[in-house]
Amino acid sequence: MKRRDFLKNTVSAAILPTFMNGFAVKAFGSSSLLSALESASADNDHVLVMIQLVGGNDGLNMVVPIDLYAKYQAIRPNIAIPQGKLLPLVNNVKTGIHPAMTGIQQLYEEGKVCIIQSVGYPSPNYSHFRATDIWVSGSDANQIVETGWGGRYLDTQYPGYPDGYPNYDNPDPLAIQIGSIVSPAFQGANTNTGIAISSATDFYNLLDDVVDPVPNTHAGVELAYVRLIAKQTNKFSDSIKKAAQNVTSQSEYPDTQLGRQLKIVARLVAGGLKTRMYMVSMGFFDTHASQTQGGDNTTGYHAELLKELSEGIKAFMDDLTKLKASRRVVGMTFSEFGRRIKSNSSMGTDHGAAAPMIVFGDYVQQGVLGTSPDIPDSGSVADNTPMQYDFRSVYASLLEQWFCVDNTTLQSILFKDYQRLPIVSGIACGTITGIDDVNNGSKGLITNYPNPFVDTTTLKYKTRGGHTMIQIFDTMGRLVGVPVNNVMAGGEYTAVFDSKKLAAGIYYARLQNGVFQEVRSMLKVKV
Amino acid sequence: MDRRQFLSLSAKPQPAVKATTTGSRTDSGISAYTGTFDTAQAVHLLKRTMFGATPEDIAWVKSVGMDAAVEALLTTVTAVTTQPVNTYGEDEHGILPGESWVNSPPPSSDDEDAKRWNSYKAWWIGVMINQSRSIQEKMVLFWHNHFVTEMDMTHDSRYIYKYNTTLRANATGNFKALTKAITLDPAMLRYLNGYLNSKAGADENYARELHELFTVGKGPDSHYTEEDVRATARVLTGFRINANTITTYFESTEHDITNKEFSDFYSNKKITGKTGQDGATELDDLLTIIFAQPECAKFIVRKLYRWFVYYLIDDAVEANVITPLATIFRNNNYELLPVLRALFKSEHFYDPLNMSALIKSPIDHNVGLVREFGVKFPTAYMDAYDAWDRLRSHAASMLQDIGEPPQVAGWQPYYQEPQYHEMWINTDTLPKRNQFTDAMVSEGGFGGVAIDVLAFAKKLSNPSDPVQLVTDSVAVLYRIDVSDKFKAWLKNTILLSGQNPDSDYYWTDAWNAWAAYPTDTALRTVVESRLRTLYKYLMNLSEYQLS
Repeated sequence: MKRRDFLKNTVSAAILPTFMNGFAVKAFGSSSLLSALESASADNDHVLVMIQLVGGNDGLNMVVPIDLYAKYQAIRPNIAIPQGKLLPLVNNVKTGIHPAMTGIQQLYEEGKVCIIQSVGYPSPNYSHFRATDIWVSGSDANQIVETGWGGRYLDTQYPGYPDGYPNYDNPDPLAIQIGSIVSPAFQGANTNTGIAISSATDFYNLLDDVVDPVPNTHAGVELAYVRLIAKQTNKFSDSIKKAAQNVTSQSEYPDTQLGRQLKIVARLVAGGLKTRMYMVSMGFFDTHASQTQGGDNTTGYHAELLKELSEGIKAFMDDLTKLKASRRVVGMTFSEFGRRIKSNSSMGTDHGAAAPMIVFGDYVQQGVLGTSPDIPDSGSVADNTPMQYDFRSVYASLLEQWFCVDNTTLQSILFKDYQRLPIVSGIACGTITGIDDVNNGSKGLITNYPNPFVDTTTLKYKTRGGHTMIQIFDTMGRLVGVPVNNVMAGGEYTAVFDSKKLAAGIYYARLQNGVFQEVRSMLKVKV
Repeated sequence: MDRRQFLSLSAKPQPAVKATTTGSRTDSGISAYTGTFDTAQAVHLLKRTMFGATPEDIAWVKSVGMDAAVEALLTTVTAVTTQPVNTYGEDEHGILPGESWVNSPPPSSDDEDAKRWNSYKAWWIGVMINQSRSIQEKMVLFWHNHFVTEMDMTHDSRYIYKYNTTLRANATGNFKALTKAITLDPAMLRYLNGYLNSKAGADENYARELHELFTVGKGPDSHYTEEDVRATARVLTGFRINANTITTYFESTEHDITNKEFSDFYSNKKITGKTGQDGATELDDLLTIIFAQPECAKFIVRKLYRWFVYYLIDDAVEANVITPLATIFRNNNYELLPVLRALFKSEHFYDPLNMSALIKSPIDHNVGLVREFGVKFPTAYMDAYDAWDRLRSHAASMLQDIGEPPQVAGWQPYYQEPQYHEMWINTDTLPKRNQFTDAMVSEGGFGGVAIDVLAFAKKLSNPSDPVQLVTDSVAVLYRIDVSDKFKAWLKNTILLSGQNPDSDYYWTDAWNAWAAYPTDTALRTVVESRLRTLYKYLMNLSEYQLS
């Protein structure tokens, strides 16, 4: 086997329970001049911080549709947040956010938050495991992809990694996971491009040179020895230590799982580490029951989680601002799925589909992208939020507007040409479109008649020209048809949606044209 | 050296330093072990006497119990039915690809012979992987490290193959008989110049090693003299090799027929010189003299102890383990089985203070891994040899190349004070171990073979229960205890992907979904990717290096 093949087959990134052993880094051969020359990757020093909300975040209680409040209240009466308690967003009358998220509200006011409504993908999977794999790999629902979207991006920027890394130009890890298991999001073709910092405790242990105790036996002696060698093979430990030591004081953080993780990220970013992507995570979003506390729906399990999320992000941004490093950072939240529109009787919500994402940072465009999600009048437990934006559109937009990735490279990373959304200010990479332009342009693009309908209905739609697509989803988010998928001249067109083989119920027609999109709800009835 | 200095050291291989922690000393001896004999003890016994412990073997040991398991492991001898074959293509003697070359005519040059080295080594790896429930293969490797020969100095792979069969035939038999067989073995005669040893000018090469490395050793109580070495060399004059038949014969005209006298370390014994073919029997007289020296038994027992238990021999171990085992060895005329039987049934062997401390050798690491996970090898001989060779060459890059110990003393980790086994692990070799395990557990595998994590998990007691799955996996792969907290963490973080710790059913559902539709790629990937992460993680931890 050639060395190249060997590396290709190596799923690298050892992760060890103590920080001493905590880096996933293997000692590879000497640095190669070629790969050093090739790595003209540091076009900018931008950093993306991903916050994974494990378990499936109830997006509908995090970002609440004020414009559809009565419907919202009716469909989940036992957990609905009272309208008066919702935190308003400046210059936005349609949307409120959970009362625990004052930090996000303030950041929004400062112009540093973009909320993207109803992010999902066609035919969503309702299994935590599979859905997570889809989100981190960036695959289609019916496609198995072994690499991660972050790993594929880093592969394009740091060819040949890990062979020859670290080197003079690239002394630092490409991606860092705060947590012991490096996310598959960083899996590249050769190897996982991420390394792990196993926990906050272990991070500070590294700085303090603390070693975990071993048993007082012969085995303990040998274990200590092997750990010592493992520590010496951590090629990045010096650069991480050095960066951490450049920061001598940080602002206050909440003493939470997320707060502790983000504090480390801020220290490394501000300390000058050139790492491009960070992943942190918090768990317990799988709120099947008791997500609100009886008597006061602004409190409870989910409120605690959103408070931790909001306070963590606020403290992180404040700290970065004080450390003069905030302009280098964009952050985003994601979860494997949202939850069902209708609540269950145990004051919780079951696995759902599309949900909002929060993107934050100094260069992020303030606004709420998309409309409030469609909420049925007399909903069933099977009803799901239809997607407005594909999650890979968000990835594509961040890669293009924050990491300045060109279109050809983008398509090699994400396999397709996904719609780009105005998330990051054009100043960062020289791309310009405003959220208001997009939202205003995304109105009145598609209607259907008759509605309700029995078998067929005619879709009437407008396109500004270029690529135009209409996807039909059922309430489970399943893609049941693509009646239009063409490059066409601007104008008004019609298409027929034939539903003879489909059950009666609500269907969504999603029109996408360039940056614009609109979701139209349609009702199929029995004769 | 303090820890701060360590952090600033470069990553290139360097002599590592003894850990400062001291393990507790234990006074346990060779009295029969009567304590608990459960999974931990069964895995311990298997990992030490074989390469790795498979779930099937663990179940077997537990079902028959310690006495029966030890007896079977020690007395089962399975004949090897294969021979190394032509994997190199054109052969000067017309050996066809896929055919055995062990009985071919002699090679015409070193280059012609060198073609066969990898074939021999790969074949041997294959034999190790396919070992039966027996100590046989660990003992063959033990003797290779003891009675060393090197292929690149012997230059005849046929000799080396025969030497391997000699070790194999005597591996758990009589040490004195093995010593005689090795003394007359063509590969050894070639390696240490015995075949040149003549009355006109005795060659002392083998004679010296016979004392220093093969029998009495050079411990503090070993006082053989230079005169003993010279006398021994003269005893051993006259042995020659027939290269066509690969046999040894005695050339009496080259034999020194004068008397040979030994020092008081050997009780001033004297060998009367013999003429004609009788001269060859002076070897028996020589071995009788050497084996009468008690240090001989002690030296071998210490070496067995370092191979099977731990390298540190303090006063307590010397008094409570080495000395009584050496007595058993002598009382049984150097039969190995009584010694091994006593050791593997002893309190000392199962003493928790002694267990789990052996750093796996590279061969133990690689062969043990493929055995424990039940890695399937191809049946087509070229593919199989290729996979075995990759496994062998990677072990070689981690400092243990079978067939080529670095010198006549064997591999340094078995004798070099004070580090001993720790020498296997340095900043170059540890990442290579990680690369190997990472590759083996990934989809692409290593050398064309890969771990089937699903097949392995299916052998465990209840793989649909994530708690039990982690517990069972750790019990097979590790010998050092990890806390319940750590196991819970593995379960939550990896098998449950960070979902709520009380939602074990997510794993159970995922496992059962795949089990119901084993051909569904998406369902398989969900469980397979998490198992890969789990096993990759476990094998990356320092704990995995200990047996």
